[in-house]
Amino acid sequence: MTSTLTPVRSKRSALTKGQLPKYAPYVVLAAALVVGAAILALVGFNAFGWAIVSAILFAVVLVSWSAAVEGARKAKDKLATCLVVGSFLVALLPLVSVIWTVLVNGVPGLLTPGFLGTSMNGVTGVYDNKAVEEGAPVLGGIYHALLGTLQITLLATIISVPVGLLTAIYLVEYGHDGRLARAITFFVDVMTGIPSIVAGLFAAAFFFAVVGPGTKTGAVAAVALSVLMIPVVVRSSEEMLKIVPNELREAAYALGVRKWRTIVKVVIPTAISGIASGVTLAIARVIGETAPILVTAGFATSINSNVFGGWMASLPTFIYTQILNPTSPANPDPSSQRAWGAALVLIILVMILNLGARLIARVFAPKTGR
Amino acid sequence: MSKRIDVKDLNVYYGDFLAVEDVTINIEAKSVTAFIGPSGCGKSTFLRTLNRMHEVLPGARVEGEVLLDGDNLYGAGVDPVTVRSQIGMVFQRPNPFPTMSIRDNVLAGVKLNNKKISKGEADVLVERSLKGANLWNEVKDRLDKPGSGLSGGQQQRLCIARAIAVEPQVILMDEPCSALDPISTLAIEDLINELKDQYTVVIVTHNMQQAARVSDRTAFFNIAGTGKPGKLIEVGDTHTIFSNPTQKATEDYVSGRFG
Repeated sequence: MTSTLTPVRSKRSALTKGQLPKYAPYVVLAAALVVGAAILALVGFNAFGWAIVSAILFAVVLVSWSAAVEGARKAKDKLATCLVVGSFLVALLPLVSVIWTVLVNGVPGLLTPGFLGTSMNGVTGVYDNKAVEEGAPVLGGIYHALLGTLQITLLATIISVPVGLLTAIYLVEYGHDGRLARAITFFVDVMTGIPSIVAGLFAAAFFFAVVGPGTKTGAVAAVALSVLMIPVVVRSSEEMLKIVPNELREAAYALGVRKWRTIVKVVIPTAISGIASGVTLAIARVIGETAPILVTAGFATSINSNVFGGWMASLPTFIYTQILNPTSPANPDPSSQRAWGAALVLIILVMILNLGARLIARVFAPKTGR
Repeated sequence: MSKRIDVKDLNVYYGDFLAVEDVTINIEAKSVTAFIGPSGCGKSTFLRTLNRMHEVLPGARVEGEVLLDGDNLYGAGVDPVTVRSQIGMVFQRPNPFPTMSIRDNVLAGVKLNNKKISKGEADVLVERSLKGANLWNEVKDRLDKPGSGLSGGQQQRLCIARAIAVEPQVILMDEPCSALDPISTLAIEDLINELKDQYTVVIVTHNMQQAARVSDRTAFFNIAGTGKPGKLIEVGDTHTIFSNPTQKATEDYVSGRFG
């Protein structure tokens, strides 16, 4: 009786015959790491070479083992898996490296008291020399640059979103793929590709011509940024409006609703989550632009809260000037610490924007459920 | 609350292509008229011309007259929006607005047009419309839930409730049951029977049994071949069309000897 109930352990199922054991990849990985380390020890050890050699060894051994035991199809599958995972790791490498570098270098700057709350007004090389030579605290902060970045980006968003969204509405709802619509689509595509410095030069030249030579304010920078933002907003909004089912428009028309009301009350609300996250990503795209701001807003060391008058600092230009022209040329370390801190803040801002885009998408998404 | 429709010599074009040729038909008030015929014969196209919904499609235009109690829908200066507020439409696939609750879906015709309506009036209208669509008992406890959470048949009845909430004269239905199961189909057919007490109903259907069950009058459309225009072959009492049609083509189609 017991013999019929006890499961047969030793015999493998006919269905799982000819498979590598589950632990095979881990064994191969361990072996590859050990052998890789041994090979590297012969020529002089370094971590990068170790990773490369081990990865190649791992792929070769696992694929050949699989080919011997499991057959060609499974071996190809393993090879493809190795390639996909390898590519993923390679793609991840720069990202992790950037975040790590900025974190390591930026945290001391960010944690300096007053870093977020003070500007560079009155901070001269004397203080930086003192900080290095006598161990005094590093003075100065990024308040003016943070304020500038937020204001310039906000103004650029206020300019770009209506223009971009209305363009997208024209293209999807009224353009009917006519000559004008196709021309707009073409030029939007062209605009997507223009270098950011050209956008900056355009805005600068435009304001020089209209307002007067040498006009450098936050508003000029906002115009330059919106030149970069508008095509992104148009493109993403257009795609989102296109995927709103035609049936919803027809349902509204059949109720005797006018076209513009249908667009405002049915089409846009249905697409709003995608539009909002597209806009947020467009903001994230331009918030780190340096060149166009450099030629349009200049750079300031003091707080300027008026986007329409006077030079304005921003985080990217702050980083640029701190690295290129340290406050104290003799002791550039405090400047570079501030620059890294500003870079960290910029990355955090972009990350918040991306998280915000996801949140917005979720909040506005059409609700399902019973 | 219902008006008759008289169509005279109507041609429908898509660009230069003549899609439906020379239709003359009288649709009685407070009755159900069914359009039957093979796919592509222009039933739906013709139906859409009855409330100018075909104009949504690029290049679509008509020649001829459609009279709603004597007023030409295609007369000079007639606003298609006015036409559509009097002649409602239910589509093949249920299409409740996904961003709106069940209640807001019913009120869509009022709210989207920015008409002011008090909460009390709105409650009355929602209840009356949902009861009119035989949906009230199923959704009365979850009016604030999204309409897209309902089953297909319930969604379609929600769309009918939405259509009757604007109090149209005529309701056009474009294969309203073709995406539904038999039980939901039965519910809609029962509903159509009740609707004809108050409204003029025009229904396009592929299902001849359905036409026989729900309609008072039936119109048979046919097409001579691909690329030829669809034509109205015969129209008459449903009983006559199915039992003793005058045209050979109609008899072949309703008896299943078509093709």
